[in-house]
Amino acid sequence: MIAHSIFFYFFSFVAIISAIMVTASKNTVHSVFFLILDFISISCLFIMIGAEFLGMIMLIVYVGAVAVLFLFVVMMLNVAQQKNQWFLSKSSSSHIPIGLIISSIIFFELIIVVGGWKYKPDLINSSNTSLNNEISNTHSLGQVLYTDYIHIFQISGMILLIAMIGAIVLTFRQREGVKKQSYVKQISRERSEGVEVLEVASNKGVRIDD
Amino acid sequence: MEYINIVFQEVYKILFLLVPVLVSVAMIVWLDRRVWAFVQKRQGPNVVGPFGLLQSLADALKYIFKEIIIPASSNKVIFILAPIITMTLALIAWAVIPFSATHVLANINVGILYIFAVSSLGVYGIIMGGWASNSKYPFLGAIRSAAQMVSYEVSIGIIIINVLLCVGSLNLNDIVMSQQNMWFVIPLFPMFVIFFISALAETNRPPFDLPEAEAELVAGYQTEYSGMMYAMFWLGEYANILLMCALGSILFLGGWLSPIDLYPFNLIPGAIWLIFKILFLFILFALVKAIVPRYRYDQLMRLGWKIFLPLSLTYVVLTASYLFYFNLLPIN
Repeated sequence: MIAHSIFFYFFSFVAIISAIMVTASKNTVHSVFFLILDFISISCLFIMIGAEFLGMIMLIVYVGAVAVLFLFVVMMLNVAQQKNQWFLSKSSSSHIPIGLIISSIIFFELIIVVGGWKYKPDLINSSNTSLNNEISNTHSLGQVLYTDYIHIFQISGMILLIAMIGAIVLTFRQREGVKKQSYVKQISRERSEGVEVLEVASNKGVRIDD
Repeated sequence: MEYINIVFQEVYKILFLLVPVLVSVAMIVWLDRRVWAFVQKRQGPNVVGPFGLLQSLADALKYIFKEIIIPASSNKVIFILAPIITMTLALIAWAVIPFSATHVLANINVGILYIFAVSSLGVYGIIMGGWASNSKYPFLGAIRSAAQMVSYEVSIGIIIINVLLCVGSLNLNDIVMSQQNMWFVIPLFPMFVIFFISALAETNRPPFDLPEAEAELVAGYQTEYSGMMYAMFWLGEYANILLMCALGSILFLGGWLSPIDLYPFNLIPGAIWLIFKILFLFILFALVKAIVPRYRYDQLMRLGWKIFLPLSLTYVVLTASYLFYFNLLPIN
């Protein structure tokens, strides 16, 4: 039990410190790395409470894919410079109230969730699926997800798909004059159409490109 | 006192796994160079020790005694962290590889997801190294490799789903045990081929070694590294290759099972069979390196997203419908 609590306090300490460092560090790339550290320690906490599947999926999806894209964007855009410009300019002050409202709403919601968890512990047990310790976490998650909640699961999948298609449609633009290779065309080329013997008139030359 | 005993036991177990892995990484580098030389009708390293077996040791000594140069304009903490992370991630994934029914360091329920997660974290060593070097070629190499690894992870994940459909468990030992009657390489042969090619791309091996394409990027993300830090990148890379071979043999070639369940073959311990299978896959990796020319970057992306992803997705549908139709789904 002692080892368990040592690990718990270690991971939660790392998680909180790195979460603070995400906002506190000057270098944006450093804050993304702290965000990754935060994700990793949170997934370790998930694994500690026995939610091994959730922890691993968190590692694969958030750390292995989402944070890589984050890092990409932050490295490519010169965010530090933009941030300085943004804070110095006058127009930015109008965004501050909106930001404050949104963050206070999130804070309020967090308080409600934690309060509900604290004062109404029956809420957790109100689900009609009972916890079964004999089958593994992954197994029980799959059983719940693909039986009781199949419609919600499918709908969330559809929403993600639509979001993906929407992002592609919004950013897609057909550019003119881009040379593309067609593999079929390249492979199906034959000597008869590739080579042409011409009589070249003296002092006139031939047009090669058409 | 009891805790200390447990800790010591675990440390012994870990050392018993890690030291062979590190030694075999050194040997595998030698084997790689010998196979490469064999294909090109050269001798390869054959001077140090018998058959040149100690060549890697000599290389390691040389790396240790070289000076570590840290570029003045680099981001020093991240620059030093990058090879350490690559090396660590390449080694911790070995914790769940089963060498026989009982010989496994951590027999966890989600072993395959663990390996997948750790191998998807491997991209960070490369990105961090490339970014912290604060130099053009390493940065380009890092970006290339990140895009490449993320793309091929998708197809590897879907191939793993194919296998998991036939097994019904995420535990690596269960995956091995369910291949007792037939190795998955037979029903899932196209997936095995795609897995092999994706593993080449995932570990940045030729013909997909674009992150370190020497003709364009000097040495990619490793350009600014020297001495032992370079060697750690290099060891991590080969440990990752071995891990991918181990994963391939567990998923498709029956892991530690013997090819025929008959008397003389049964006596050979499972670890030996697993090592033979890893070696077989590794020699294939080495042969590919010697035979195939390097891909162009857009061809690489096309192969990953437009060919492998639809193919493996189709195969998932095929496998699932076959299992469902013939009532072979592993439901317990």
